Amino acid sequence: MIHIQQLQFQYPTGEFRLSIDEFSITKGSKVAVIGPSGSGKTTLLNLIAGIMTPLKGTVSVGDTQVSGLDDRERRDFRITNIGFVFQDFELLDYLNVLDNVLHPFRITGALSLDGEARARATNLAQEMGIGDKLKRNSNDLSHGEKQRVAICRALLPQPKIILADEATGNLDPDNKGLILDLLFQSVEDHGATLLAVTHDYELLRRFDRVVDFKQSQEGMN
Amino acid sequence: MIDSLYIAWKYIIYNKIKTVTLVACVTLISFLPVSLQLLLEESERQLMSRAVSTPLVVGAKGSALDLVMNTLYFDDEVPELITVAASNRVMETDLALPIPVYARFQARGNPIVGTTLDYFDFRDLRIAQGRQLAVLGDCVLGAKVAASLGLKPGDSLVSSPETLFDLAGVYPLKMKVVGVLEKSHTSDDLAVFVDLKTAWVIQGLGHGHEDVTKLRDPTLVLKRTERNVAATAKLYHHTEITEKNIDSFHFHGGLAQYPITAVIALPHDDKSGTILRGRYLSRQETRQIVRPEDVIDGLLQNIFRIKNVLDAVISVVALATILAIILVFALSLRLRQREIQTIFKLGCRRATIARLLTAEIFIIVVMSGVFCGALIFLVNQFSHDLVRMLFIR
Repeated sequence: MIHIQQLQFQYPTGEFRLSIDEFSITKGSKVAVIGPSGSGKTTLLNLIAGIMTPLKGTVSVGDTQVSGLDDRERRDFRITNIGFVFQDFELLDYLNVLDNVLHPFRITGALSLDGEARARATNLAQEMGIGDKLKRNSNDLSHGEKQRVAICRALLPQPKIILADEATGNLDPDNKGLILDLLFQSVEDHGATLLAVTHDYELLRRFDRVVDFKQSQEGMN
Repeated sequence: MIDSLYIAWKYIIYNKIKTVTLVACVTLISFLPVSLQLLLEESERQLMSRAVSTPLVVGAKGSALDLVMNTLYFDDEVPELITVAASNRVMETDLALPIPVYARFQARGNPIVGTTLDYFDFRDLRIAQGRQLAVLGDCVLGAKVAASLGLKPGDSLVSSPETLFDLAGVYPLKMKVVGVLEKSHTSDDLAVFVDLKTAWVIQGLGHGHEDVTKLRDPTLVLKRTERNVAATAKLYHHTEITEKNIDSFHFHGGLAQYPITAVIALPHDDKSGTILRGRYLSRQETRQIVRPEDVIDGLLQNIFRIKNVLDAVISVVALATILAIILVFALSLRLRQREIQTIFKLGCRRATIARLLTAEIFIIVVMSGVFCGALIFLVNQFSHDLVRMLFIR
């Protein structure tokens, strides 16, 4: 599903360099990415999502070579194929829960905001346990609730790939387990592939595969 | 675009203070020049219409503007006084009909205009309630005065003293309201009309008191001769003219020397008007004759010169406001970098951000336009009264 080959990436400042010879993730798998801060976990997610482009090498998702797309194509590809769960939720304060979940549909013509999408958003919110908070402002929610909204937003376009950047990083232990349960359930329900960056080693056993970025410098594990 | 407008609307109503400030700025900067233009046009219309309908005004030499403003709009600034002789002189030329005007005193903040019945015919003022001036002490109210003071025929109105500090000054005169004029939408609506003689009674030039020849109290008599009796200050003067005491009212000296503020001269034709004007050209002449139209036109030229300066000031302020608004949006973009990055990461194009900002600006401009339109509508509706309140009276 995800295939990276001979990838070379460097920030323009030259401070950071990432090299991956070969890395693949099969469709429907749940993969955790661990490693010390600054090792390139988030950069990897950004390269897969097409937010960043490599200096050399290729990043492919399914049949699409993301690294070969132009900016506009990458954005359209991202919004229709990638669901991104950000570490700090990154919800918009001025929108309520439902509007935050529907936000990707409102900011692009690639997704169509019809009755079906609205119904799916409501159902997804029900599944996530925030169905009664759709009209609440996102600022009035707890951390756990905000993360559920962020997951709903990522899942609503029914993406093939879900990238979660420390999605449980700000949560208490109870909420971490709960959020991961919900994320796994949704991934399974929608047949998506999950790539999650985490520092939480207790949760690793629940993933199909773990990629350690420290060890990956010597060869990805 | 509807989705962009929706998101922009949500942002705008969430950031109320910023929105209110921006809308207020845009509204004010749009409203100011338009309303100023409206008010100036209305003031020009009002000033000119009355000035054009008043052919000539005779008054004491001095400020022609004060003379015209007092005679036409009953302005508080009283020009130097002239006498009834000035009116008689116009009459004697047989070139024009003179209408003496004495606009000096006030009653509860409204000008008292002493004149003759010719004035009502000249201005085409009709009685709506009651009757016309007939007896000394009568007054006829302009429509707005009657409405604002809640007076009707049969009520009374007391004149105001010219100054509170002159204890030996004129006593207020209690006037009888005998009529109310139809609304004319001119300064006449805001005036209290009396006969010239009543105005002189208000001034104290005419008065009524007991018959001094029959006084028995010695403290009331200062000096008594066969031909004359001089009364002391203790003698009671009537402060109201009634049927019983009206006969005691009298005027000392010749009426030709009694004061007025101006004479409106109505020439029989253009030629008469030109000849009449020529009669006042002498350097030794103590009076002036002016065409109110010329005077008001000069005033308007000055007003429009000031307006040009104001327009320039408003333009600079508008430019500063627009720059400030651009700065607000630029700073807001910096503050919203995180939000913009999130939207980018989700997959939106750069054009979407521009569209969202455009939608915000569009909504703010539309809101300002609505408020500005409402304010301009109100100014337009009340421009007549506003002009009278702000510029004329």
